[in-house]
Amino acid sequence: MLRIACLTFLLAVAIASALAGFVAPSGYAQQFRDVPGASCSRQHPLGTDDLGRDRLARVLYGTRVSLLLAPAAALLATVLAAVAGGIAGFYGGWLLSAAKALIDLVLSMPWLFLLITVRALLPLNASPLLSVCITFALLGCLGWAGAARIVCAGARDLRRSDIVLLARASGSGGLRLFVRHILPNLAPALRAQFWISVPVFILAEANLGVLGLGVSEPLPSWGSLLRELESYSALSSPLYWIPLALLVLTVSAFQLLLHREEVFA
Amino acid sequence: MKRCLPWLAALFSLIGLAAYPQPGTQLRFCITSQPKTFDPLMVMDESSETVRYLTAGVLVRLNRKTQQLEPALASSWTVSPDGRTITFTLRNALRFSDGTPFSASDVDFTVRRMMDPAAHSPVGDAFRSSNAASQVITHILAPNRIAVTFPALIVGIDRLFDQVGILSATSAQKEMAVLGPYYVAESKPGSYLLLRRNPNYWRHDSAGRTLPYIESIRLDIHQNRDAEMLRLMRGEVHLINALDPDNFDRLRAQSPQFAIDAGVGLDSEQLWFNQVAAASIPAYKKAWFASMHFRNAISAAINRDDLARIVYRGHARPAFGFISPANTVWFNDRLPPHRFDPQATLALLRQDGFQLQGSTLRDRAGNAVEFSVITNAGNKNRERMAAMIQQDLARIGIRLNVVTLDFPSLIERITRSFNYEACLLGFVNDELEPNVQMNVWLSSANNHQWNPNQKTPATAWEAEIDRLMRAQAATLDFRKRKQALDRVQQIVREQEPFIYLVNKEALSAVDPVVHNASPVALRPQTFWNIDQMSLGAQVAGKR
Repeated sequence: MLRIACLTFLLAVAIASALAGFVAPSGYAQQFRDVPGASCSRQHPLGTDDLGRDRLARVLYGTRVSLLLAPAAALLATVLAAVAGGIAGFYGGWLLSAAKALIDLVLSMPWLFLLITVRALLPLNASPLLSVCITFALLGCLGWAGAARIVCAGARDLRRSDIVLLARASGSGGLRLFVRHILPNLAPALRAQFWISVPVFILAEANLGVLGLGVSEPLPSWGSLLRELESYSALSSPLYWIPLALLVLTVSAFQLLLHREEVFA
Repeated sequence: MKRCLPWLAALFSLIGLAAYPQPGTQLRFCITSQPKTFDPLMVMDESSETVRYLTAGVLVRLNRKTQQLEPALASSWTVSPDGRTITFTLRNALRFSDGTPFSASDVDFTVRRMMDPAAHSPVGDAFRSSNAASQVITHILAPNRIAVTFPALIVGIDRLFDQVGILSATSAQKEMAVLGPYYVAESKPGSYLLLRRNPNYWRHDSAGRTLPYIESIRLDIHQNRDAEMLRLMRGEVHLINALDPDNFDRLRAQSPQFAIDAGVGLDSEQLWFNQVAAASIPAYKKAWFASMHFRNAISAAINRDDLARIVYRGHARPAFGFISPANTVWFNDRLPPHRFDPQATLALLRQDGFQLQGSTLRDRAGNAVEFSVITNAGNKNRERMAAMIQQDLARIGIRLNVVTLDFPSLIERITRSFNYEACLLGFVNDELEPNVQMNVWLSSANNHQWNPNQKTPATAWEAEIDRLMRAQAATLDFRKRKQALDRVQQIVREQEPFIYLVNKEALSAVDPVVHNASPVALRPQTFWNIDQMSLGAQVAGKR
């Protein structure tokens, strides 16, 4: 029942953000300068932000950015984890030692500072959309190590399993054995890692956004929307808390779904 | 048991008194970091500056309200006609906080130390001239008279001594022996500083009572501005020197008697284009940025009134130029205000061959007009301004990409790699004397941000600014200086190497229990008259 509720909620959020162009009363960048920080009205159902931009539009478009790109980054991280962890675990030997060292290195890095540094090196004239895509790609490229460690352990177990022994006896080996027999058996672990990564990347982008290093103006994301809470005006109206509520509910829904996935895995 | 109760109550009272400062005797406010130095000649950071202001004695003091110099440790002073020599007559029978007598030899020691190249004193930098080979000569004329001669003319030489905290030549306590209203009694790094009233402070009130009135000052080290605001509301601190507009409005709504707007300040926010010849930006963009019409057009396309009204909630004013209207002496009041006029903008751009095609502005060669502006991440007001400018420029077909960078990356780009197109930043200005901006306006200066360190001026108008700035720095004739600086302001206005956006207002908070506080736009806004401030009932109390 809970799973259905979570799925329904996520689906509703996804559909609303996908239809932002039709649902939102105005563009996310349009500034209504006569009514900055306005409360609910027919023209602006969720009011306006401090620059007079329609909050509903920004929430919908921001949700679209976060909900589209966080799973994309999670997919990238999962693929990298599957390749690096799976190959290292399956072949063992020096590959395994090298992969372990690399994973330890990546995990020990202060990723937030690394991300800030890498972001500072990006071309300045990248459009906001390209910049947000690069930011999430960076998140994906830096977020694979934890999942790779788990996948590596799984692949090592599989290498000694009866299935692989049987496949080897049947003449299967090398890449074919890895693709046909190892990867499918790692699928539940990879799926779980994917679902774990989605909320992690949503929160990572939100962290960057709160530091002012997330998505460029005027494109909204949950991170940049959360920055509204820095203002004391946030205490005066519950409308300021909508992005936070949406973030908490979405991440919670992902976590509840994940719990089911882990059980099935 | 009953007999024990009064003793217990007294004991608890004593414990209470020891643990918490007694109201009425201790002023409390926050500084953002541990002061890096207590040496008044080595001050570079804001917290050290606060401690210097509260503890160091100076020969002359700039009255932050009247903007006039007043005698302090020196009862009088004269400046020679060539502007190189200043002669001070010192007050008699003064003592440092540790009891060491004060005399002209302490001034001699301070000046020599300040000007010693090996000491690298930031305060001394303001007195140094290009004639570095020559030495500063001090001449003790009497125990209470000293003449200091500099190798070259220094404009506003007397004003510069407002920053020179006098050190003792003989005290064993070195820089901790002070002549100011307070001395540092206790320092717990990272936590707080306790300043106590200097028993030997020279100043008295009209009734003959020794100043300052307040016994001690506790400076709590707090980085978080919001926490500082909460502490003010709880009565744990008495002052906040600089408030952002959000907090100011909130405070004004809740406790209007706390919130004080001292009017427009000296700080400005501005935008500039990278005009460095060697910068790695396309040649056609360099041509745009070098064009006066292009810069004027961008300036006219920005709605400064909206920036002041929305971003600063009305607590800023559209800027005129590099001298704020708060600087009543040097501001050129003949400068007209900037007009927001998108139509005039397009007319200006057409003069340079720009054409609006559909919703995109294109240059003569057909390049779409698009550039990036960098600003520091985490500064909410600058990010908001950038977003508003982005929309203003979109109206005339210009696409602006806003890039927020961490501060070290931003500084690297604007000072070393010059890998940027435009930058939005603010200048903090503490000084009324425009001469201190020589390091910005001379084309050879490293803070000439749009094109620093030029061997020869790249343009005729920069050459004219160089000439005028040097001319005003070479004379003590106020009329000639004012004329030169008015012309510089006019050139800057016409050429707009910096597109000035707003001057922020000086917003501060003072608990009503603090008497005689009179916040001003100049730093330190709230406690510039600390020796005359008092707390609560103590104002009428006996000392």
